[in-house]
Amino acid sequence: MLQINNLHAGVGGKKILRGIDLEIRPGQVHAIMGPNGSGKSTLAQVLAGRDTYEVTSGKVLFEGRDLLALEPEERAAAGIFLAFQYPVEIPGVTNMYFMRAALNSIRKQRGLPEIDAFDFMESMKRKMQLLGMPEAMLNRAVNAGFSGGEKKRNEVLQLAVLEPKLAILDETDSGLDIDALKTVAGGINALRGPGRSFLVVTHYQRLLDYIVPDVVHVMSAGRIVRSGGKDLALELERKGYAELDEAAVSELVR
Amino acid sequence: MIALKEDVPGYAAQFERRMSAGEPAWLRELRAGAMRSFSTLGFPTTHHEDWKYTNVSPVATTPFGEGPAAWPAAAPPAGPAAWPVNARLVFVNGHLSRELSAVRGLPAGVAVQSLAEAVRNGSTVLESHLGRHAGYSEQAFVALNTALAVDGAVVTIDSGVVLEQPVVLVYLTSPAGGPAASYPRTLVLAGRESRASVVEIYSGPDDSAYFTNAVTELVVREGAAVDHYRVQLEGRQAYHVATVQGVQDRAGILASHNFSFGAALARHDINSVLDAEGAECSLNGLYLAGGSQHVDNHTLLDHAKPNCASRELYKGILGGHGTGVFNGKIVVRQDAQKTNAIQSNKNLLLSRDAVINTKPQLEIFADDVRCTHGATVGQLDREALFYLRSRGIPVRDSRDLLTRAFAAELLDAIRWQPLRETLETELHRRLSQMVEAAAK
Ligand SMILES: Nc1ncnc2c1ncn2[C@@H]1O[C@H](COP(=O)(O)OP(=O)(O)OP(=O)(O)O)[C@@H](O)[C@H]1O
Ligand SMILES: [Mg+2]
Repeated sequence: MLQINNLHAGVGGKKILRGIDLEIRPGQVHAIMGPNGSGKSTLAQVLAGRDTYEVTSGKVLFEGRDLLALEPEERAAAGIFLAFQYPVEIPGVTNMYFMRAALNSIRKQRGLPEIDAFDFMESMKRKMQLLGMPEAMLNRAVNAGFSGGEKKRNEVLQLAVLEPKLAILDETDSGLDIDALKTVAGGINALRGPGRSFLVVTHYQRLLDYIVPDVVHVMSAGRIVRSGGKDLALELERKGYAELDEAAVSELVR
Repeated sequence: MIALKEDVPGYAAQFERRMSAGEPAWLRELRAGAMRSFSTLGFPTTHHEDWKYTNVSPVATTPFGEGPAAWPAAAPPAGPAAWPVNARLVFVNGHLSRELSAVRGLPAGVAVQSLAEAVRNGSTVLESHLGRHAGYSEQAFVALNTALAVDGAVVTIDSGVVLEQPVVLVYLTSPAGGPAASYPRTLVLAGRESRASVVEIYSGPDDSAYFTNAVTELVVREGAAVDHYRVQLEGRQAYHVATVQGVQDRAGILASHNFSFGAALARHDINSVLDAEGAECSLNGLYLAGGSQHVDNHTLLDHAKPNCASRELYKGILGGHGTGVFNGKIVVRQDAQKTNAIQSNKNLLLSRDAVINTKPQLEIFADDVRCTHGATVGQLDREALFYLRSRGIPVRDSRDLLTRAFAAELLDAIRWQPLRETLETELHRRLSQMVEAAAK
């Protein structure tokens, strides 16, 4: 589904990603862990098409297509979704209007007709219930004045509405209380299926208790320095990143 | 007879016509005084501090004619001139059009008349209010309007009367003919504890460089509440210069909404005197300037008495080579202790060549007051733009959405739905034109 080869990216001459290799197959859940500033969000944003970052070399194929050649909206239409680490507030646009505009834009790019307003409302309500969100949030401006946890839930709501093929979750668990984490993880798990893959960026093993990954990667200084099964996350929780950092450094020197 | 400066084209003849129209003595005196002021003042130039950024020389040098007194085409104009409201006065080139107007089913105690009609009926309140609030001794355009206004609207709401539906005043310039000038004049008298909203709409053809010079006086009596909407949708080449003057009595509430979307050159002076304790005034404004449009908003809140509050929010969207001016003056007189005045001006620049000049002007003579002001000038938020695009919304739609979101709070403040919808559509249309022009 997603194939990243030797991806280098940075901003204003500063190197952030220094050769990422990653392959995600349909239906798989990959987790990325790693210390602050190691480049996890940068990778997520580059995949979504953020033009702040300059890709200096490497290749990304999404279902065989050259992902880096697509505009952000085209990537969304192709089936990529990024749940932001810091969701953006948009005063003056209601959540409801925004999500319908997003869904219809994607449908239009795929040559599908606009969704019926009534059907849309119904499915929104169902999804919000599943995520424990009050309906009143539909009429509030996108993320404006939302609490940290509410913003994260709102990201997952968008994920549920847009039903992408590849969902990239950037620290969706941070800022959620324990109950909210369970609800949100439940919502995400409900979306799991053979055709849908996940790339989950997190600092905490706890999330991975609920959303069990197929592969865990550790990122350090812009590279994936270790990959393994779900037990790797447990090991990290015990040992921390210190040992891995040494490994990363020695690898860079090499 | 009044000697006019020679460089004022054609106004003397128009003035003479007004003076020989058989109007009562008080009105002729008023006009004569105004004409004297105008001929002394002449049109302002950019040397005047208040007109520094707005050059009206095209207005000053064009010999404007008078447009036909009736709608010339067979088909009546669409849009606001046909809105189903109880009280709608439609003016064509400054003249009342009986065919297009409709006044029916108004509650007792409400009168909606044309100015000419009110003058003919010998309305007594007219004499004590018309021209008494909007000063013309230093304002050339107010003077010109006062001297030359042919017709307009007089809306009176008696004490305690609540008018649910808005009174709609449509001032049209007709297509056909050379550049014409009109001088719409509006007077609103809201009696004690009354409630009303008045909508003024200005519109005209795109292919004529006509001139609209409008003056509105709003008298808000004790405990009355008036919503005043000004909707400027003039044609692309038009010149629009307007003054709104409010006077607020004890606990009188005035909410002014000023939408300026059209015209090549638009200048609005929106003023109110908070003239007794407990008065509240809100000034809301939304202005657009794309292409080579120029829009100038000068507002003046005169806090004359203690314990009054004013809140002002003006937002501008400027694209192309559009230029905008915001000058928000707040005067707090020595007597006006406990004044609370909040002013905010926010501007969105959609192009490199768009320009905004924004300036707060606070003159505070009392010591126990709270006055805040702030101005911002910025572009569309890149983070927000990326967020929308990452959800599949194409870049153009995303820009459009964010731009409309910027304006949303001002449109949301419109309580009357047909007006809100009309303006949403207008805004959308005009923003798309701006974006299209930018793409070329
Ligand atoms: N727009 C930017 N301009 C300058 N530096 C940037 C920019 N974006 C990211 N960086 C830098 O790149 C590095 C990686 O940042 P990134 O946000 O990808 O880290 P992260 O792994 O997501 O960290 P965290 O766990 O704290 O979220 C950091 O040093 C950061 O300061
Ligand atoms: Mg991050």
